[in-house]
Amino acid sequence: MKEELKNALLGPLSKNNPVAVQVLGICSALAVTVQLKPAIVMGLSVTIIVAMANVVISLLRNTVPNNVRIIVQLVVVAALVTIVSEILKAFLYDLSVQLSVYIGLIITNCILMGRLEAFAMGNKPGASLLDGIGNGIGYAWILIVVAFFRELLGAGTLFGYRIIPESFYEMGYVNNGMMMMPAMALIIVACIIWVHRSINKDLQEK
Amino acid sequence: MNTNKNSYTLIYMVIIITIVSLLLSITSGVLRTRQDENVKLDKKKQILSSLTGLDFSADAAGVYASTIKEYNMLDAEGNTVKNLNPVEDFDYQVQEGELPIYIAEIDGSTKYIIPMNGNGLWGAIWGYIALNEDRNTIYGIYFNHAGETPGLGAEITNKVKFCDPFIGKELIKNGKFASIAVMKVGQKAEGQDQVDAISGGTITSKGVETMLQTSLGKYEKFFLAKEEAVAEVPVAENNEIVEVEPETEGEK
Repeated sequence: MKEELKNALLGPLSKNNPVAVQVLGICSALAVTVQLKPAIVMGLSVTIIVAMANVVISLLRNTVPNNVRIIVQLVVVAALVTIVSEILKAFLYDLSVQLSVYIGLIITNCILMGRLEAFAMGNKPGASLLDGIGNGIGYAWILIVVAFFRELLGAGTLFGYRIIPESFYEMGYVNNGMMMMPAMALIIVACIIWVHRSINKDLQEK
Repeated sequence: MNTNKNSYTLIYMVIIITIVSLLLSITSGVLRTRQDENVKLDKKKQILSSLTGLDFSADAAGVYASTIKEYNMLDAEGNTVKNLNPVEDFDYQVQEGELPIYIAEIDGSTKYIIPMNGNGLWGAIWGYIALNEDRNTIYGIYFNHAGETPGLGAEITNKVKFCDPFIGKELIKNGKFASIAVMKVGQKAEGQDQVDAISGGTITSKGVETMLQTSLGKYEKFFLAKEEAVAEVPVAENNEIVEVEPETEGEK
């Protein structure tokens, strides 16, 4: 039992990572990773929402009519996302402006539906909570790594602060504009998957 | 219990949906005032951003109240038709044919702030332009956008690279409103002041140029009214003396 809980929480960080292994939630990994700050907030929001939705669905799992279970899951996720977005608008307005579209897009983030359907519908609330947190953090760290490289190489800054010194620019260094394009996020994600699979040989497809 | 019966499904969904809608309306109701204030504060910050060098990071609402002295509606002739309170009437809905203008005071000199609206590549762009007392020279400018490409079109918000070059440029050439051209680096505009476009953000840059032309074009009479006043009084060094608009007195 203990082992199961540990797996639910730690598995998604590496061996069962939602982005690198399950290949879920890629779209938002492209959209919010131009800078570190929105990437972190997006990761946090998704973590909170997956965890909460997992618990709610897990509590309801024995009562949900089988033929409308996806609709029930969607209603729960949509309600949670709307509440989080309203709270952001009230307390972190600048950030909510930056994230506006993407917060709404959490509803369609495959990680949520994937975890609800695969885990919460068949497990107790405690385990579901851990699974939600694990998957959220597994998703967040990938976003943060991607955003780190994109902001550093694309704009020469981290969290908006200049990292690459002025003297480099005077010597002819130019920011890589390609990094600002969504395509580069995919390429960085691919690099992460590459490194990840060469470390975890058992994940390699035959 | 059989959870697959239609009646069960129906009742279940009704209950779930009722609970969720209640939750959502409560959240929305509780947070509404706070959100509206945030939206207002954000607009105030944007207006203040057009005033170059003004620091309002500590208390934007306070700085707004002390800096913005008047919020007026002009008609097409440049006359003030409504004199509003910049704080209390902040939410005033601008009517058809009215041209809004904010009048600010910085270190004793008057600045005119005019809102602008236009289209970029993907969606709306907007901004605020602050003019000096001569209603001609640009004191500062602020741009924002709904969804231009980061690193390219979205660079119109870049203060140092895009906005600051506007400072000191003149809107009026040869007694007529000429606007400001946003030109590709190296190109030269005829008969008007120009700034450099963003390389890779051509359509957004052109959008800014069009926005300046159309949004500010409506104020032409207002700009020229000052020009004439300056021309009539040769001793126009101290502009405050000329600051009279007799026909607007008492028309509130």
